[in-house]
Amino acid sequence: MFRRILRQLLYAAALILAVLVLNFLLIQLAPGDPAEVIAGEMGGASAEVMAAIRQQYGLDKPLLTQLGLYLGRALQGDLGMSYFYNRPVVDLILSRLGPTMLLVATALGFALIVGTRLGMLASRNPRGIASALVTVLSLVGYSAPVFWTGLMLVILFGATIPLFPIAGMIDVVKQGGLLSRVLDIAHHLVLPALTLGLVYLAQYSRLTRASMLEVLGADYIRTARAKGVSERQVFGRHAFRNALLPVVTVAGMQFGAIISGAVLVETVFSWPGLGTLAFQSILARDYPTVLGILFFSTLIVIIANLLTDFVSRLLDPRLAGGR
Amino acid sequence: MTAPARTTVPAARGPMAEAWDIFRRSPSAMLGLALLILVMGMTFAGPHLYQVDPFEIVWAPLTPPGEEATIPLGTDNLGRDILAGLIAGGRATLAVGFAAAAITMLIGVLIGAYAGFYGGIVDDMLMRVTEFFQVLPPLLFAMVVVTLFQPTLVNVALAIGIVSWPQTARLTRSEFRRIRTLEYVSAMRAIGAGDGNIIWRVILPNALPPLIVSATLTIGMAILFEAGLSFLGLSDPNVMSWGLMIGSGREYLLDAWWVVTLPGAMIFLTVLGVSLVGDGLNDAFNPRMRER
Repeated sequence: MFRRILRQLLYAAALILAVLVLNFLLIQLAPGDPAEVIAGEMGGASAEVMAAIRQQYGLDKPLLTQLGLYLGRALQGDLGMSYFYNRPVVDLILSRLGPTMLLVATALGFALIVGTRLGMLASRNPRGIASALVTVLSLVGYSAPVFWTGLMLVILFGATIPLFPIAGMIDVVKQGGLLSRVLDIAHHLVLPALTLGLVYLAQYSRLTRASMLEVLGADYIRTARAKGVSERQVFGRHAFRNALLPVVTVAGMQFGAIISGAVLVETVFSWPGLGTLAFQSILARDYPTVLGILFFSTLIVIIANLLTDFVSRLLDPRLAGGR
Repeated sequence: MTAPARTTVPAARGPMAEAWDIFRRSPSAMLGLALLILVMGMTFAGPHLYQVDPFEIVWAPLTPPGEEATIPLGTDNLGRDILAGLIAGGRATLAVGFAAAAITMLIGVLIGAYAGFYGGIVDDMLMRVTEFFQVLPPLLFAMVVVTLFQPTLVNVALAIGIVSWPQTARLTRSEFRRIRTLEYVSAMRAIGAGDGNIIWRVILPNALPPLIVSATLTIGMAILFEAGLSFLGLSDPNVMSWGLMIGSGREYLLDAWWVVTLPGAMIFLTVLGVSLVGDGLNDAFNPRMRER
């Protein structure tokens, strides 16, 4: 058990290192002087700044030394300076991490809870209304670009039914205590989380339905029914718990895609997270920030994968023993 | 003298003909095919039937659809013809979509085939590489690549291909692992066929059905990707595309719904067509899985 966890942690560390090397290579491979790439192509970097960058990154030294310097500083939590925001990249990212995690967690929670329930409902009657809904939803969820769905919601709620705010995270005009601030953020969260969640709601409902139908044909379900276990118990406990496993695995594996989706959704709703930061720093050619965000998102994905593996083992004792 | 009586023998039917039969009978698959033919027809025949430059300013900005007879779908924020944009925009989107899917399949099948066929240390190494690419958030990585290098259509397609191949590689690998143990592969080996021969001429054709389905879904995904990148303004600004139209019109969406709604609907219908065809192919190749 401990050996396996240790092995997985080592493997995760190797992946993190590999991502850092990739970041370094991207700067080197980009056309132009790496110092200019790091300073950002704002044209405004003074000679002193350029000299400081050259010295700090060791750009006059051999490539391997540069890589070593880069890795050494990155592992100490120094991902460089954003010359556009004039702040250390790590600070900048940490200040934007919260909103993104809030958005992703809400969307994912919504998609998982509603999606699995809907899929379970659909599996009771493969020709019923719930099943048709799952089919339509999964087609729309897969085919509609997430940013377009968001914009359609903006039109709907911004012009036709002004129920929810369509941009930002906090109302600057509103003042008040903690509770009213929390409610304000929750109010702003509705549309972005709904937009992002719908895509995954569609996938999870379809996946749950498919895996429920498969599980319901299994011998142990027949045994449960033969023993006289109520239909509710058969569905809710015996089948559902087992059918959940592929959903959890897929949800965990998709974390990278969800973060990518969040970039688009944040841009649509001006949500002040990593996605908008990524977009703004790309427009500003602020590469240290952009690469820092890439690194952090990858880190989140790696952690999410570790957690998924852990949760799958909790859900399925068969996995806990071997492999 | 009479000709000898002929008994009619039904023509031997290949698995492909059988699959097409199943495909043809599925209403949703045919709807998907119709949608795709419609979009392709609009993209390739459209420019000849409706000769308006999508970048040319033809009328007052933000003219609603139907207000001017010569501009059936209205104009955007610069006064450019929306219909002309929709027709021209399909070309870039479809080209990048197909090219990216081709790159994805090429890398994915190559890596998956070697990993699955050889197993052991080759498999281990290749799968580590695959896992590395799988933890990269796809859109963010593509965004970085496109900005560090030039946002040309080729680079956009390459960027999408680079982030999309791991799934194909995993699928190919599992198919190869399954097929390489089958008897006809052992038989080929017994008569002295080389590895390359077995991989590409024996196993690959038999692994094709799931790969074709996956290629279809990859096209849909690549189209969405291209749309996302150009919506963010990270695609080639000199080429009209549906995503670009949405991106440049989004500031006006509360006054002019058509500027973003129509190009988005085109993306939606195209990807819907692709995914319906993909589902249809899946059913056609795996008749037993149809209840899913």
